[in-house]
Amino acid sequence: MSIDLHGPGLWYATRATGLVALLLLTVSVLLGILTAGRFARASWPRFLSQGLHRNVSLLVLAFLALHVTTTVVDTYTSIPLTAAFIPFAAAYKTVWLSLGAVALDLLLALVATSLIRQRLGHRAWRRVHWLACACWPVAVAHGVGIGTDRSTAWVLTLSLACVLAVATATGWRLAAAARLGRVQ
Amino acid sequence: MSVTLRINPIACTGHGMCAELLPEVIELDRWGYPVLASPAIPRPLLDHARRAAQACPRLALLVEEKAGKHR
Amino acid sequence: MPVSAVTGGTTRRVSRLLAGLGYPPGLSGHERAYGPLRLPLRRPGRLVDVVEASGLTGRGGAGYPAGRKMRAVASGPGRKAVVANGAEGEPASGKDRLLLTRLPHLVLDGIALAAQAVGADEAYLCVHGTEGALLGHLDRAVAEREAAGLDRDSVPIQVTGIPGRYVSSEQSSIVQYLNGGPGKPTFSPPRPHERGVHGKPTLVHNVETLAHLALIARRGDHWFRGAGLPSAPGTMLVTVSGAVRRPGVYEIEMGTTAGEVIALAGGPAARLQALLTGGYFGSWLPAETAWPTPLTHAGLRAAGGSLGAGIVVAWPAGACPLAETARVVRYLAEESAGQCGPCRFGLPALADALAALAFSGARDGAIDAIAALLPLIERRGACRHPDGVTQLVRSMLTAFPVDAYWHQWEGACDGVRHPPLLPLPGDEERDWDWG
Repeated sequence: MSIDLHGPGLWYATRATGLVALLLLTVSVLLGILTAGRFARASWPRFLSQGLHRNVSLLVLAFLALHVTTTVVDTYTSIPLTAAFIPFAAAYKTVWLSLGAVALDLLLALVATSLIRQRLGHRAWRRVHWLACACWPVAVAHGVGIGTDRSTAWVLTLSLACVLAVATATGWRLAAAARLGRVQ
Repeated sequence: MSVTLRINPIACTGHGMCAELLPEVIELDRWGYPVLASPAIPRPLLDHARRAAQACPRLALLVEEKAGKHR
Repeated sequence: MPVSAVTGGTTRRVSRLLAGLGYPPGLSGHERAYGPLRLPLRRPGRLVDVVEASGLTGRGGAGYPAGRKMRAVASGPGRKAVVANGAEGEPASGKDRLLLTRLPHLVLDGIALAAQAVGADEAYLCVHGTEGALLGHLDRAVAEREAAGLDRDSVPIQVTGIPGRYVSSEQSSIVQYLNGGPGKPTFSPPRPHERGVHGKPTLVHNVETLAHLALIARRGDHWFRGAGLPSAPGTMLVTVSGAVRRPGVYEIEMGTTAGEVIALAGGPAARLQALLTGGYFGSWLPAETAWPTPLTHAGLRAAGGSLGAGIVVAWPAGACPLAETARVVRYLAEESAGQCGPCRFGLPALADALAALAFSGARDGAIDAIAALLPLIERRGACRHPDGVTQLVRSMLTAFPVDAYWHQWEGACDGVRHPPLLPLPGDEERDWDWG
């Protein structure tokens, strides 16, 4: 069986890996909010939120690698590899694609600094990590804006669910911080 | 060579991750801040101690290696 | 705090630092009192040797050997900085204020000498920024020296106001403030003598230590050792207050007993039950234990007390030490920098527990509540603030066990109504802001 580099198969793969990456990114953001908010239950220790947050983020990168590969290899659209990292490097849906590149760049910065966190020091790491507030919405925008297929309806619903989840978690976090009178 | 644990009390905000990952040595006081049973880390717990230091959200837990006591 | 001039006295009083009080104020009076200072030093390293040989220890409370500190700073790389700490955070201490107001040139001599000895290119004299008059007075003293061409070859001394908070007079706080920070204690390493002001090895000395340095440079280490004890040479300034007839600052030989110091200060004004030595980070000592104890770091430690910055408060029988301790700890809790959890939460809890013991009705477990908090607080902060408080409270429980149990079983005693004796800055005088 050979892969049809021109047909819809790769396109579905791109769409699928992108969606999974977005879902996982949302999960990672939620776990990050739980960690910062010191969420803990008898069956859910704090290191679980933190450990899962880290591992899910790495999984996001894995799916993004697939997502980028299937996009670049697809001959139906001529999107160069550079477009995955550099905005405005492709002609195909330039703006929406660029958002994807920005989100990926931000994610790489977040992961890279987190991997060398102990050498970087807490203050520098923290300042970079606030970029997560930019990375996730940009990724959502990329996912929503770039789709044209008929399955847009359920894709939109999924995206909405992600947004609601993150909004709720953020609201919980801000309320808890305000109650304690400090922002951690 | 001796390996000791030290807490930077200014950086520490009482998150509590360390007590979960190294309960043999670290307990939390009534305000949620870590109390070290003793600064020395027994050899078998060294990896756990390093993991706890890496996990601390504020990098307030320090694993320090001192050369032997010959000066 | 009234500062009395030294008149009359016993054989144990000496007049070395305070000799200048008998001369007119200003540079010329200073030079007549102590002799001129020959700057620049021909061999700066020699001064560090002399200071080490003299056995001078820090007079700011810690009692660390001054020469050793200077050598540690001098041996560091690059240029250095010198900081004279005249902030005197302890409300019950008045010696630094006396030196800076009446004998500023002695301190300024010391700073210039220390700067040359360690190779400093920056020098600061720090007092609380709330002391506007004192800052002006010191600026004028520095200007007087410049006009006389005194410090021509020396580093200019920058008179600096630091935040008026209690913890701001701690040495790492001052270094942080001079580096542009808010003036709160910092985590070490690095210590100031390794990396301090603008990254340079920094010598931080109390102003009295530098005043002694100014005399040692003129008269040598043998002269310095001519007073005091072999293990604790020289003289020191003590601030005596409380129930004595003549409260004030006195200069004594190291090793003078507490009883002799009380006699120097005119004797007790009431029957004394205890002494508080070392200030608010010091210790209570029952009068019988305190009386024959020599005022040295080792001597007081052996008796269960501490010398601190030479503070002696005479405690009369009619006042309740538990009430006063509760009051002081409440003040110290509010003065916490709030950076470390055990101090930020533990000290207010301790203050509450002490207030409960001192002022509330009979209550079981009141003493245990206090004792249980102490190990949760001490040595768990970045600076000595929480440790100083727990030391004071421990000494209270050790010195007054009968009083403590009486309060626990019977409630507040009559002594709590005695007017407060330990000075605390009133709310209007307190500097509530940082930096």
